[in-house]
Amino acid sequence: MVAHENCQSMLLFLSDFVDGELNQDFCMEIESHLAQCPDCSIVVDTLRKTISLYRNSSLETEQVPEDVRERLFKCLNLEEFTNK
Amino acid sequence: MSETESNGYSIQEIQSGNQSEFAKLIDAHSNQIYRLALKMLNNPQDAEDVLQNTFLKALQNINKFEGRSRISTWLYRIATNEALMIIRKQRPEVNLNEVEDDDNYSVNPPIQLIDWCCLPENELLSSESKLELENAIQNLSETLRIVFILRDIEGLSIQETSQILNLTETAVKTRLLRARLNLREHLSAFYGDRLLARSKE
Repeated sequence: MVAHENCQSMLLFLSDFVDGELNQDFCMEIESHLAQCPDCSIVVDTLRKTISLYRNSSLETEQVPEDVRERLFKCLNLEEFTNK
Repeated sequence: MSETESNGYSIQEIQSGNQSEFAKLIDAHSNQIYRLALKMLNNPQDAEDVLQNTFLKALQNINKFEGRSRISTWLYRIATNEALMIIRKQRPEVNLNEVEDDDNYSVNPPIQLIDWCCLPENELLSSESKLELENAIQNLSETLRIVFILRDIEGLSIQETSQILNLTETAVKTRLLRARLNLREHLSAFYGDRLLARSKE
């Protein structure tokens, strides 16, 4: 990943590649590079995993605590709508 | 189905002063706003301030909302500005306007080349791992962190993220790539050690 020219240029398109935003030809070019380059494959796989770990762990667990919600409704003078 | 229909409230009703509809809007979007604030500020009290100020401002300005963006994008924009204002106040030395060489789409090459994806989910998301995920994101500069939160955690598009932050799409993409690679390096070092420890067991 560090030394090879193809690896360097792939790095710049890494985000677009993992987001599926590259055109088909470019995508195939990168996939054929990945098939021959274990280091770049690791970078792509661990990058995808990094993103999914953040997304899943944050969305599941970080909710507004009930007392925070109550104070929010109070400061907006919406106490009567506190019960969902 | 529009965002407002699927969330069960009507912007028109809110704009004509219907409080119960505004309460529905709060319940539909407060988790998103609180999560963003908590990740940006790493402090529950500050996150609560951002949450309250965001919905106060939304209530005061709801008639200015013209529907050109999704209502959630509009709320994220208010919340982002509130969070950045707190950072400016608490740590004036932080440069939030830094031009990070955004148009030069270059990044540092990856160093950690360990494949840790094979670790089981319960290890990837153990309480120790979750702490490390938090440490890694808090170690990012504020300018990279906000882009990662909006795009990768909250799932906004590059275009929406650029509108919220008043940045070009190129700048958002550059910062996103830098943030992602930085987090990957950090997590690779951590999970690489976990992998090594497992192989010795």
